[in-house]
Amino acid sequence: MNSRLRLALTAAAVTGALAAPGFAQAEIKIGFMGVLSGPQGPLGQDQYDAFMLVVEQNGGKLGGVPVTVLREDSQLKPEVAVQVVDKMIEKEKVQIITGITFSNIMMAIHKKVTDQQVFLIGSNAGPSPIAGAKCSPYFFSTSWEGGQQPEVVGRYATDKGYQKVMTIAPNYQAGKDFVAGFRRNYTTPTTGELWPALGTQDYSAEIAQIAAGQPEAVFAFLPGGMGINFIKQWNQSGLKGKIALLTASTADGIGLPAMGDAAIGVIAGSFWGPDFPNAVNQKFVKDFEAKHKRIPSQYAAQSYDAALLLDSAIRKVGGKVEDKAAFMAALKAADFKSLRGNFKYNTNHFVIQDFHIFEAVKDAQGRMTLKTVATPLKDYKDAFYTQCPMK
Amino acid sequence: MTVGLFLTQLLNGLQLGVLLFLLAAGLTLVFGIMNFVNLAHGSLYMMGAYFAAAVGNATGSFVIAALVAVPGAMLLGMLVERVALSGLYARDHLDQVLATFGLVLFFNELVRIIWGVSPLYAQTPSWLAGIVSFGGLFYPIYRVAIITVGLLVALFLYWLINYTRVGMLIRAGATNAAMVGALGVNIRLLNTLIFGLGAGLAGLAGLMAGPIFSVQAAMGEAILIQTLVVIVVGGIGSIRGAFLAALIIGVVDTMGRVFLPIWMSAAMSPSFAQAAGPALASMLIYLLMAAVLAFKPEGLFPVRHG
Repeated sequence: MNSRLRLALTAAAVTGALAAPGFAQAEIKIGFMGVLSGPQGPLGQDQYDAFMLVVEQNGGKLGGVPVTVLREDSQLKPEVAVQVVDKMIEKEKVQIITGITFSNIMMAIHKKVTDQQVFLIGSNAGPSPIAGAKCSPYFFSTSWEGGQQPEVVGRYATDKGYQKVMTIAPNYQAGKDFVAGFRRNYTTPTTGELWPALGTQDYSAEIAQIAAGQPEAVFAFLPGGMGINFIKQWNQSGLKGKIALLTASTADGIGLPAMGDAAIGVIAGSFWGPDFPNAVNQKFVKDFEAKHKRIPSQYAAQSYDAALLLDSAIRKVGGKVEDKAAFMAALKAADFKSLRGNFKYNTNHFVIQDFHIFEAVKDAQGRMTLKTVATPLKDYKDAFYTQCPMK
Repeated sequence: MTVGLFLTQLLNGLQLGVLLFLLAAGLTLVFGIMNFVNLAHGSLYMMGAYFAAAVGNATGSFVIAALVAVPGAMLLGMLVERVALSGLYARDHLDQVLATFGLVLFFNELVRIIWGVSPLYAQTPSWLAGIVSFGGLFYPIYRVAIITVGLLVALFLYWLINYTRVGMLIRAGATNAAMVGALGVNIRLLNTLIFGLGAGLAGLAGLMAGPIFSVQAAMGEAILIQTLVVIVVGGIGSIRGAFLAALIIGVVDTMGRVFLPIWMSAAMSPSFAQAAGPALASMLIYLLMAAVLAFKPEGLFPVRHG
């Protein structure tokens, strides 16, 4: 009994020593997991590049403490993602995990990570369950809840007074969610809904139906390659300019270079655009372009903010991220200047922020980019936070 | 639904059909004559699209892009055939599937290494931009160009196979490859030529697809599946079958997507039709293939032996 007590005391002493200021500066391990391969790989790559931009500019430190970032590919496979976070938590002993590109990956790992009291800083996927009933104090979003981007587009359509609107989205869960999000703020009945199969390449059949339906506007959610296909074909169809094309997660910074001139005039709803005039954003866009020779996408912006958030919170607790309560409060305070301007956490740890409408235009160098044209939603909260028991 | 919409959709189906035909022609020859399952055919299509986009962006000329992409894909196909595939003809289909699936992964990674992870921009040539109108119908000029190219290729293949010596050998090879070899024809060279022809057509399809589809890694996989449906429905080894089946598949797929949800919502509750219509439409060509396999396992237009 005596020896066991001694062992316990020694362990306590060692732990205490580790927690003492002299040792706390040692190093913080952060796990970055995103989709880094396959057709959706550019999204995760932008998240990683922007996160590392902050780390590198701070000389390998966040909040004045050296950090090691473990880069892992979820391959867009939930079972792979679960193994990756297991390895990060059990073998590498990371205390913070960030990235997470797609909702299905988030749903697969959210409970696992937060149950082990590891901080999860989601810099893209924000599915509604974790904003609502399944929320966790160990999760912080630096992006948005999944429905909010279509919601701002819905408000824009309402503000514009469109009476005849058709929708097009892939026939799967996120497609249904986006159209539902659009209709939350656009309550006029739509005059037609098109549901092509997920991964559809040729939209000629759908475009002909839109031509026949003669709406004033079309709301489109066609992420990734589907959006590139659709917008190229839309451009050739002769409907461009006659029917407004309103999009969410379709004409984004990843797809725009591949769409080229075809995308000019397309409307997109989001929380951030590269033309924001605030100093943090101007510096981010300039530095990112200088290093990576491309305009950062919103996925890069979200992840840059994740790094800035961690930087502020780690500094606040003096590197003692193992003091969970203090670190959680420091994250919740979000005491940093975000590149999106307003940034404040709601009770469910999703961001209360403005949502904007953008138009795809050419910049001075002839590259496609997004220009802010309206801000229909100010200090906007997601539709699910009331279901979250956190206060 | 108007007559105009119906005709436009018929054109859309025709256009999808000829694009599928460009891919199916090569695949069905390789399958029919060499008895070789080539899953990497979609990768040659992808390489054609990448060659065309890269050259098109560098030179600004669609014609130069075409002059590089089509022979480029053809040479690449012949190189792959010589280096990687010619040793596999005698092996069973599973080995061929595994080897060519490996090639699919190889090419997907290769384009990422060369051109990066982001999709590539491919411009529509300015002289093919815009729309044509006839009788109140509007149709993109570029899609008219795809239809024209596809029909010209069909005519060319008809001439090549029926009126030339190479065509005679191809026909003979499709019927009995061993006998053709025994008669002193260099079957190795013939195989390489056929493979190159198929690869060139896949490259042509990739060139034509660039301005309407996203040029990205793995772009060949989705269309390869539809192409396999075409050659099974048309009858393996038959160019005529590939052509007719491609048109049937193109029209059935397009018409199904448009009119099935409309018809179903007329016949049953709107919420059910809205859920089931698009799902059923995306299955339609596979149902068609299953029906063909059940009633005419040789395909609708099989190669005539004897």
